[in-house]
Amino acid sequence: MRGTDYVLKRVAFAIVTVFVAVTINFVLFRLAPGSAVSNLSRVPHATQELRHALEVQFGLDKSKWQQYLIYLKQLAHGNLGVSYANDQPVSTNLRIDLINTLPMVTLGTVFSIIFGIFTGVIAAWRRGTKAEGATVTTALAFYSMPTQWLGLMLIILFAGILPTGGMTNEFLLNPPFWTHVKDLASHIFLPALTLGLVLYGEYTLIVRSAMLETLGEDYVLTARAKGLKPRTIVRTHALRNAMLPITTLIALSLGYIVAGAILVEIVFSWPGIGRAVYQAVLQRDYPMLQGAFLVLTISVVFFNLVADLLYFKLDPRITE
Amino acid sequence: MSEASFFVESPEVGTSRTKALLRTLRHRRSAVIGMTILVAVILTAVLAPWIAPYDIHTQVGAPFEPPSWSHPLGLDDGGIDMVSLLMWGMRISLVVGFAATFVSMVIGGSIGLVSGYFGGKTDTILMRITDYFLVIPDVPLMIVVAAIWGPSLFHIIIVIGILLWTSTARVIRAQVLSVRERVYVRRARALGAGHLRIVLRHVLPQVAPLLIANTVLTIAVAVFDETALAFLGLSDPSRISLGKLIENAFERAAISAGAWWAIVPPGVLVAVIILACVLVGGALEDALNPRLRVAHLSARTFRLRPLVGRGKAAL
Repeated sequence: MRGTDYVLKRVAFAIVTVFVAVTINFVLFRLAPGSAVSNLSRVPHATQELRHALEVQFGLDKSKWQQYLIYLKQLAHGNLGVSYANDQPVSTNLRIDLINTLPMVTLGTVFSIIFGIFTGVIAAWRRGTKAEGATVTTALAFYSMPTQWLGLMLIILFAGILPTGGMTNEFLLNPPFWTHVKDLASHIFLPALTLGLVLYGEYTLIVRSAMLETLGEDYVLTARAKGLKPRTIVRTHALRNAMLPITTLIALSLGYIVAGAILVEIVFSWPGIGRAVYQAVLQRDYPMLQGAFLVLTISVVFFNLVADLLYFKLDPRITE
Repeated sequence: MSEASFFVESPEVGTSRTKALLRTLRHRRSAVIGMTILVAVILTAVLAPWIAPYDIHTQVGAPFEPPSWSHPLGLDDGGIDMVSLLMWGMRISLVVGFAATFVSMVIGGSIGLVSGYFGGKTDTILMRITDYFLVIPDVPLMIVVAAIWGPSLFHIIIVIGILLWTSTARVIRAQVLSVRERVYVRRARALGAGHLRIVLRHVLPQVAPLLIANTVLTIAVAVFDETALAFLGLSDPSRISLGKLIENAFERAAISAGAWWAIVPPGVLVAVIILACVLVGGALEDALNPRLRVAHLSARTFRLRPLVGRGKAAL
């Protein structure tokens, strides 16, 4: 079975990638100048005993190799260590953050993919017209803007109309269900829109160039010669084939989504994983940073795998 | 090998292709606009020490002073002239952009060249490594590395440079794979030319235009990544870059102070620089992609675009 082979290969690749990331993660953090303890015991004149106690507590007194094995073993049990900042397990912290991040990022990404495909197709189909010029210019403009800056611009524009920070109104205590939903929706709007707009620009450009390539293919010419309706040609001949590169490129842009999410969450104080990265950086909270990086990498690898499998579904020829 | 493709592959056509490329660029409005912007930005950045109206370390007025005749873009939170800050900021942003891109081009270019040229096991191993790095999200990794190394301009450059090379390596490898099998490369090999000579004299010139297109696009990403790292407070606090200006404005509440002049211009400048790079790089890539040139259909004409000014070879 060629299909099973392909699936297995992709899954194996994903697993190895995660392993590489895990190792990079470990190596990087052990290369950190000074031990984490010297950052932790910022108390002036920390005694030798206190330092040593902290070192033993965080397992920093063992050899690097031992630390690596312990790290792997703990990781396999889902233990990401304990945050230096709040003494809570990193996995607990990250779980809450991830749950907060997902709806915002999903909303922004789905918005951008749908609109990106829509305007990208129009731009390719109407090549050389004003419609193409306008779509491409808009897309390029959004693509070029730094994410955090676009967020700040939206804050300036919507200040007073929509909430510009946080996920819920903290002064609403035990609100009725619908009030809560409305509150959440008003808070999610701006961050999701910022992320959506930045990605929208990129996806429009991707879809446009993929469509331009397929529209130049002979089978499109054939379809045209057969007298098919333009709508049919675009939908079943050109777009169907253009979806292959589009899927790959969207999968490759997952890292971009992650980067965008970090910046957006900082700007809008969204209590998600991106802000966790930010705070971990500020507080030099290495276990949190390590854990967050791992979670982000695993999600990107996972969605890449999904895209690979989707690709297989779209085009079974690739196993050959 | 057909006669037509043989004709395309001869080196004379290769040189005329570079000329044709330049011609295409000159006739493309977007490329001309992009080039103009880039030249203007680079000139301003280079001349910043001489043309910046004020010193960027001395206070010349009240914090967040609104725009006036003497300060067209107002003052920042420290009472420093924004126009001068922007000029110096562009300088640092471009230094990071160019230097990081250079690092990534050297790494990506050599990996692509070696991988494509030697093929076989070397290729497999190198491309595997590239694949892993391609999937691992680069900005979080940059954040991690920069956070560990500590904030400095040099670190930022290296961090961005060593993580941006993957797409370059892939693109270059694909091109080298096709160049490698061309007649003149095989002839050179038959004449006893060494690997180094073949790569430098015959392969590199053929992939150079693509490498340049890729470079221009990478500069855009590097400038963007610099603003992201600066926004997390990971850039050198004493060196003002455009990203640093955005971060300062955000951190020091320019928005609640209503000081739009402290926050809008740096973002616009970053967008303009990235836009210019994308326009030039995109035009170069388009011009290098024969599929887009040769057969092109659109709603208006819906026929093969006439092959103007091209010889039999292109048909």
